[in-house]
Amino acid sequence: MTTPASSTADNHAWLRRQARWSPYELAFWLAVLIPFWVFPTYLTLASQIAITALFAVSVDLVLGYAGIVTLGHAMFFGLGAYAAGLLTKAGWGEPLSGLVLSGLLTALVGLLVSFMIVRVQHLALLMITLGLGLLTAELANSLGWLTGGTDGLQGVDVWPVFNHFEFDLWGYTAYAYALAALFVGVAAARRIVHSSFGLSLRGVRENLNRMPAIGSPWRRHLQIVYTISAGMAGIAGAVLTHTTETVSLDSLSFQRSADVVVMLILGGTGRLYGAILGAAIFMIARDQLSDMNPQYWYFWIGLLLMLVVLFMPKGILGGLSGLLRRLGG
Amino acid sequence: MSEIMLATQSVRKSFGSLEVARDVSIELPRGARHALIGPNGAGKTTLINLITGQLAPDGGRILLEGVDITHAPVAARVRRGLTRTFQINTLFPDLTPLESVVMAICEREGKAAQFWRPLTSHGDAIDEAHEILARLRLADEATRTTRHLPYGKQRLLEIALALATKPKVLLLDEPAAGVPKDESAMLFSVIDALPEDMTILFIEHDMSIVFTFASRIIVLVAGGVLLEADPDTVRSDPRVREVYLGSAHGH
Repeated sequence: MTTPASSTADNHAWLRRQARWSPYELAFWLAVLIPFWVFPTYLTLASQIAITALFAVSVDLVLGYAGIVTLGHAMFFGLGAYAAGLLTKAGWGEPLSGLVLSGLLTALVGLLVSFMIVRVQHLALLMITLGLGLLTAELANSLGWLTGGTDGLQGVDVWPVFNHFEFDLWGYTAYAYALAALFVGVAAARRIVHSSFGLSLRGVRENLNRMPAIGSPWRRHLQIVYTISAGMAGIAGAVLTHTTETVSLDSLSFQRSADVVVMLILGGTGRLYGAILGAAIFMIARDQLSDMNPQYWYFWIGLLLMLVVLFMPKGILGGLSGLLRRLGG
Repeated sequence: MSEIMLATQSVRKSFGSLEVARDVSIELPRGARHALIGPNGAGKTTLINLITGQLAPDGGRILLEGVDITHAPVAARVRRGLTRTFQINTLFPDLTPLESVVMAICEREGKAAQFWRPLTSHGDAIDEAHEILARLRLADEATRTTRHLPYGKQRLLEIALALATKPKVLLLDEPAAGVPKDESAMLFSVIDALPEDMTILFIEHDMSIVFTFASRIIVLVAGGVLLEADPDTVRSDPRVREVYLGSAHGH
């Protein structure tokens, strides 16, 4: 509920409130530390969730905020994963600089692709992103001498984080590492969506027709966010490489591109934490359900997806926050 | 003779065999309060689309302050000072009026792409947005979601967004479209209070409003200018009575 503001001071305060860290957010970041003590056997799953959540947040920036529908974002995730892996094979196993370099590389590729992306919309946009994703996956498959092809990239050797924390078998370092990457990613994404730039992205999503009429170079805005998103997706892929010390073609697959969109729809688009929630639900469901029945677990995701789309059009987080607002009067 | 801010020179446009603009030449001097009238289908909105660049003309030239902008993109024209509003609300439904206007100001100032700077650090833009919203009697609704605003307020926001671009020339496409009669007079009094050196062309069907607020009237019929004159001349012109007032009873 927003109260009417009649002075400019009220307006300043209202805008500040929109960008403030909420108690729910703080509670969330404390809660994600629980697996260290309570579910240590699930730490590997927890890191997978954190990595996927970072990937989902990167897609939320383009899909949820800027309204660019994409079915090919695994392209950047996979490129980042391979870049990080190849870097260690070339003899540089320092993880943090590996993340930065992989992110810069995928951001550069994102920038190049963005010139094509901002020229099309709707179905054509879906087909372009889908096509680029498939092309990249097939390219990696055919460049077996470089990528290891279907066997995956073997012999990835990552040095300890800060030259001190070895990636251990139990996954403590991996989870801490993935969680830190997610936190930095979300903090960066938060800053972007609460800037004047983030506001203009919402403008593009809300009404593309009006943007030129207020003098907006909206295509350039979309290129910038697409580039940032590609870089963030690449970093997520690089984190996967560092924590698992292997890269497979699966990181570039269409399945990954499609799954991340499903996660966003489940959790709710355009709210960052919806991406995280969606990733968590999806990954936990997959883990639990595929134990019961490895072949048909997607049935339940399909069912959940339909229920959410029908009854919570703003996703589970959107539905929850609506419920909270109603309870709070 | 005051400076010509906007001019069209023999602008032509056809959709197939239908001519929607036939050699339209108009001139708006600085500070103009011109009305563009004509029966439905006369090509009024089309002319605005041609001037602002939503449509490309088949021929002719469009000059803003003497500079040829015939082939400039829409956004470039806005940055040069040529802004329009829309007959059908073209707003940002999930943003608040405050956010919408701050966004338009940041775009005008070229600060919109600064993704590292918090929105709240654009203090001048936020103050200016308040000033614009207050001028349009929207200050109390500044932080309500646009989609929940009453229709009349949304019409005002339509103008507020245009003002945020600091237009030199403002084209208002039926600003009071769909607004009840008593509210539309209020809306035009807001328009009337805009700075005197702002050049304004508006489309309006209500003749009493046209005759009250326009200093000059352009009558468009079947894509061509039938007459451009002061209100008294237009009022008494038999051709106008026949083609426009005769068919306007439907409104």
